[in-house]
Amino acid sequence: MQTETLEPKYTAKDFATDQDVRWCPGCGDYSILKQMQSTMAEAGIDKKDIVFVSGIGCSSRFPYYMDTYGIHSIHGRATAMASGLKASRPDLSVWIITGDGDSLSIGGNHLIHLLRRNFNVNILLFNNEIYGLTKGQYSPTSPKGQVTKSTPMGSLDHPFNPQALALGADATFVARTMDRDPKHMRDVLKIANDHQGTSLVEIYQNCNVFNDGAFEVYTDKASKAETTIMVEEGQPLIFGQERDKGIRLNGMKPEIVSLKDCSADELWIHDSSDRMKATILSRMFDNNALEGGLPRPFGVFYQEDRFRYEEAMQAQVEQAISIKGEGDLDKLIRGGHYWTV
Amino acid sequence: MTKTTEKKKDVTILFAGDSGDGMQLTGSLFTNTNALYGNDISTFPDFPAEIRAPQGTVAGVSGFKLHFASIDIFTPGDEVEVIVAMNAAALKANIGQLRMGGTVIANTAGFDKKNLRLAKYDDEANPLLDQTLDKFRVIEIDVTKMTKEALINSGLGTKEIDRCKNMFVLGFLLWMYNRSLETTQKFIGEKFAKNDSIREANLNALKAGYYFGDTNETFTSRYEVESAHLPKGEYRSIMGNQAAAIGAIAAAKKAGLNLFYGSYPITPASDILHELARHKNFGVKTFQAEDEIAAICAAIGASYGGSLGVTASSGPGIALKGEAIGLAIMLEIPLLIINVQRGGPSTGLPTKTEQSDLMQAMYGRNGEAPLAIVAASSPSDCFEAIYEAARITVEHMTPVIFLSDGFIANGSEPWKFPKSSELTPINARFANKEKSMKDGTFYPYKRNSDLVREWAIPGTEGLTHRVGGLEKENETGNVSYDPANHELMVNIRQEKVDLIAHDIPNQEMTQGETSGKVLVLGWGSTYGAIRTAVRELIGDGHSVSHAHIRYLNPFPKNLGDLLSAFDTIVVPEINNGQLVHIINAKYGVGAIGVNKIQGLPYTAREIKERILELM
Repeated sequence: MQTETLEPKYTAKDFATDQDVRWCPGCGDYSILKQMQSTMAEAGIDKKDIVFVSGIGCSSRFPYYMDTYGIHSIHGRATAMASGLKASRPDLSVWIITGDGDSLSIGGNHLIHLLRRNFNVNILLFNNEIYGLTKGQYSPTSPKGQVTKSTPMGSLDHPFNPQALALGADATFVARTMDRDPKHMRDVLKIANDHQGTSLVEIYQNCNVFNDGAFEVYTDKASKAETTIMVEEGQPLIFGQERDKGIRLNGMKPEIVSLKDCSADELWIHDSSDRMKATILSRMFDNNALEGGLPRPFGVFYQEDRFRYEEAMQAQVEQAISIKGEGDLDKLIRGGHYWTV
Repeated sequence: MTKTTEKKKDVTILFAGDSGDGMQLTGSLFTNTNALYGNDISTFPDFPAEIRAPQGTVAGVSGFKLHFASIDIFTPGDEVEVIVAMNAAALKANIGQLRMGGTVIANTAGFDKKNLRLAKYDDEANPLLDQTLDKFRVIEIDVTKMTKEALINSGLGTKEIDRCKNMFVLGFLLWMYNRSLETTQKFIGEKFAKNDSIREANLNALKAGYYFGDTNETFTSRYEVESAHLPKGEYRSIMGNQAAAIGAIAAAKKAGLNLFYGSYPITPASDILHELARHKNFGVKTFQAEDEIAAICAAIGASYGGSLGVTASSGPGIALKGEAIGLAIMLEIPLLIINVQRGGPSTGLPTKTEQSDLMQAMYGRNGEAPLAIVAASSPSDCFEAIYEAARITVEHMTPVIFLSDGFIANGSEPWKFPKSSELTPINARFANKEKSMKDGTFYPYKRNSDLVREWAIPGTEGLTHRVGGLEKENETGNVSYDPANHELMVNIRQEKVDLIAHDIPNQEMTQGETSGKVLVLGWGSTYGAIRTAVRELIGDGHSVSHAHIRYLNPFPKNLGDLLSAFDTIVVPEINNGQLVHIINAKYGVGAIGVNKIQGLPYTAREIKERILELM
């Protein structure tokens, strides 16, 4: 029997707003916006039930360009704002749009607490390794030694590794993708949307004005095959122009092997439910542009089913009602001991 | 031997001991008995900032002050008539409050060499043995020993027996003030329902204390404080923070909203979180956030989603929340911000009271960021004041700051509580597709005649829109950098708050004539002290009146006229002169500030003296 679906059908265009998009021409944000609009169209969630929450920064303009509900909040606090929204409105599909400065510097505290609480929300972390809106200072993900306006002699900060940080905070979903690979991004966004819990998707995003080419070694066709590895569930970790190299785990240590000397069975098989392996993946963080080394992994590193804060919170409300009954205001006001004059 | 009973109009007792001695409980139970008997009551607990400061030291003394009376009272009492001192440190810390001729009930076991040394009495001189207490009546009881003897067959260990000594003291005081043991017995029965030996021990210690007074021939007189002529009705005893929590729940219920409470623990506001967390069956969601900023942002997120978002803190936390308050002002959504003030600046005096955050509430944000401010004047007034704050935030779509302070937050008094049906209705105005769209377009910042926009929450069909902290175009809410629009919006946000003046009652006189020589103008927790002082001054034939402001921003419409009917306006505050500054800036009436900044509430006597100096 054929049933007519009641889900509203959208196209990506239905998610565009009447506002002019004001990112710099050539900015990686355009690509993310486009994939997000497509993802939402495919997801089929009613527009009225979607909220985009952002902080401050170039990426945080994002909600203005999505025809859903949206709040462009204050610097670093989108995560906190979204926590209260989701806690009080578990029915909504909540998306947090943030950048490396917004989420890892000024909002670092809220990010780790959101991850451990595991609200069922999605975080898109636009990582461009620079402060764009304030015109070019180094960010908490900029590599040490980076010369920027605020670091003419090179940055002294050891950078954050967002994937390792998220896993350290017991995130239940961590993934990495990039602006220059729309298909990969869309696939990752879809899995993130399906994940029940907080999904952190780090997106390498090129700032062509203040930090052009920061990720070129991973996005450029000439080098990409050698410097990146796309992890896929249940598949061996294989990479290389000729797809002739793989990653094998020697104990806890990942090492590059040639497929000529090593059969595919011996390779590391990606298992996103394995926290230890995900941690090792997150630590494959060599600076390929300078030193080469292990390829940089992309894809869903880790996924775990753990209780959602907002569900547990709602359950406590319901439990309280089942034990004490629906709140009686007069009883509350009167309290346990009262007397009549 | 017959024992006489002397009638008294009012008595102030201070229970003081180590923070582990159970003085807060003893005081509360004595309070409950007197409240049920029908006395008017005012209490004030005074505890150390340290949870368990070193035993026996002055820093570790925990006190509970109770004023009970057969007349109307408004303060926990200026001077203490009876001090119960469980040890030397408790006496040393509080003897300055005892009035001439007052009574000290001393637990002699707490005055041994060790306790005297810890309390830092010079040369370990025992004040019970020298002339220190000559001006007072001293009742010495070896409470520790008497309790031990009473419980010798209880089968309990020394430590557990020692914990019952506060019940012995309570029993003795209940005898001394001619009260029945019933309320306390009932409490002990319920509290230790599952522990027979502890329950019996406490009950026996209580009775032992009572009979000790009854049979010991040293004590020949008892006292009687008759019930007060309180207005007819149903009463309960309530603390300020408790009243604030209940008031917020009541407001949410009456508005048909769920209450979401985002907060980070801070003294003296945490009890509001504890109280709210107990009432989840009202649909209350409490969220202990990772910091003050997250707490308010979560509350804003919840308000955006259609709940009544509430956050609370004390001054230091409110400072951290400043930027987010500005966002809520820009979003024009409800947000109830509670500040239980304490001594500042910085960490200041966490467990002490102060009224020094009025300027912070008025101006403590970047940009032109007006909001409404409502202040409570007593523990029970927290209910009505926060209810009003919640009503304004919901009906006027603007953040409201509710000001309380450590004194009223922890103080308690009898409260003639209302029926829920008597509470003012609160109407939330939600936007919907049918009524809120014009020619197929939704204008999120379209306003009514009070300049209030509708609450457009996610999940509403057809109203998808974006809001944020950037300046926005009037009506459309689109981001706008237009110079004229910014000025327009700044003025609209100001006028919107100013227009609340039409929705609050006129300022009334608390007591005294509506014109005359002196008006004492107060706000917040100075209410009781001012009320008592002015009552006495009026009784002495002076032309003095008292007005107490609940609505601090905007002020009631008639305030200017009311002020102009007096020759002199005196503004007592527990700060360095904040309301007086605002009043003079706005009305130019040359009001005179009288200030106390010691982390302590004003006493009625202090206020009376300051007013007399100015007359």
